[in-house]
Amino acid sequence: MPADAPVRPTPTLPQLLAAFAMIAIFGFGGVLYWSRRMMVDERRWMTAEEFNEAYALCNFLPGPNIVNFAVVFGRQIGGTVGAFLALLGLLGPPFALVTFFGLLYAHYGDIAALQRMFVGVAAAAAGLTISTSLKMWQPLLRERPGIPHLIALATLAGVGVMRWPIYWVLGVLMPLSIALAWWVRR
Amino acid sequence: MVGATMSHNPGILLTLAGNFALMSLFAMGGANAAFPEMYRLAVDVMHWMTDRQFADLYAIAQVTPGPNVIVVTLIGYHVAGLAGALVATLAMCGPTCVFAFFVGQVWDRFKEARWRLIIQAALVPISLGLLGASTLVIARVAGQSWQTVALMLLTAAVTYRLRLNPLWIFAIAAVLGLAGAV
Repeated sequence: MPADAPVRPTPTLPQLLAAFAMIAIFGFGGVLYWSRRMMVDERRWMTAEEFNEAYALCNFLPGPNIVNFAVVFGRQIGGTVGAFLALLGLLGPPFALVTFFGLLYAHYGDIAALQRMFVGVAAAAAGLTISTSLKMWQPLLRERPGIPHLIALATLAGVGVMRWPIYWVLGVLMPLSIALAWWVRR
Repeated sequence: MVGATMSHNPGILLTLAGNFALMSLFAMGGANAAFPEMYRLAVDVMHWMTDRQFADLYAIAQVTPGPNVIVVTLIGYHVAGLAGALVATLAMCGPTCVFAFFVGQVWDRFKEARWRLIIQAALVPISLGLLGASTLVIARVAGQSWQTVALMLLTAAVTYRLRLNPLWIFAIAAVLGLAGAV
């Protein structure tokens, strides 16, 4: 048992709600960074290993990662109520904010000055996405070219270049990827 | 007016709910992974919005704090107002949350299970492929002039090298846009 286990605090339900609301509000360009900082570094509600384990699970599950993380962690702390409160904290404030922005966009989006700003911000946002993707691709690119590279490229080409429905592409490539991963490790 | 003008009939809410619930189950590696499918649905198939509007909504979602998934809220809002925003968000998060709730209970048991390691290994290239596809789609809708492409590549290069608060970059890009430089 780790030495720090007895003093590791467990959040109360209101603390849980507030923590995920803060993660959501500060979470510019990577909610993951903020959630790790909050959970592991500041509040010490999880060890680094526990965080990595929960993160692996959330990557394993389909859907929004950090939303899954809120459910998994919230459930550990307070069952169904905990999961619900963590979700409410994570999604509530951004939902309110983004809906307000959507309202403004619906009413003022046609203004020429705003449209020019959007063109700039959208280009910068796309640039940020490019650099994030490159960083995430790096571990794969460092490996010797092999089956995973082919699967990744086939997914990219099918969904991104051919613009086929994700359902068809993954319907074929997921079973193939699992079969190949099994075959490599057999 | 751009958006939130379509009639709020139950049919459109069902379309939103069904499509986002289904696509969430294929979003391997996070909400980002489903961008190409969102684009296909909103622009190509349903004609809810133009390329430009999709790029705008993506930009708004990026400058709003919170998880990436809130772009779904904006699409829902654009299509069917507040009800659409709520339905789209719940549909995108609901099924996978239920899944996460139950899998979270038994996960520890399978920590070392061979099938888990195999599936995990199989998912990595798929989610990277989806991420690459999302990047392509976003880059194509946001970069429709040489100026926007230049700004995009410059942003990519700078943020790849330096760890900056993205808000500064968005502010500079907004000013450049306002000045008519892009």
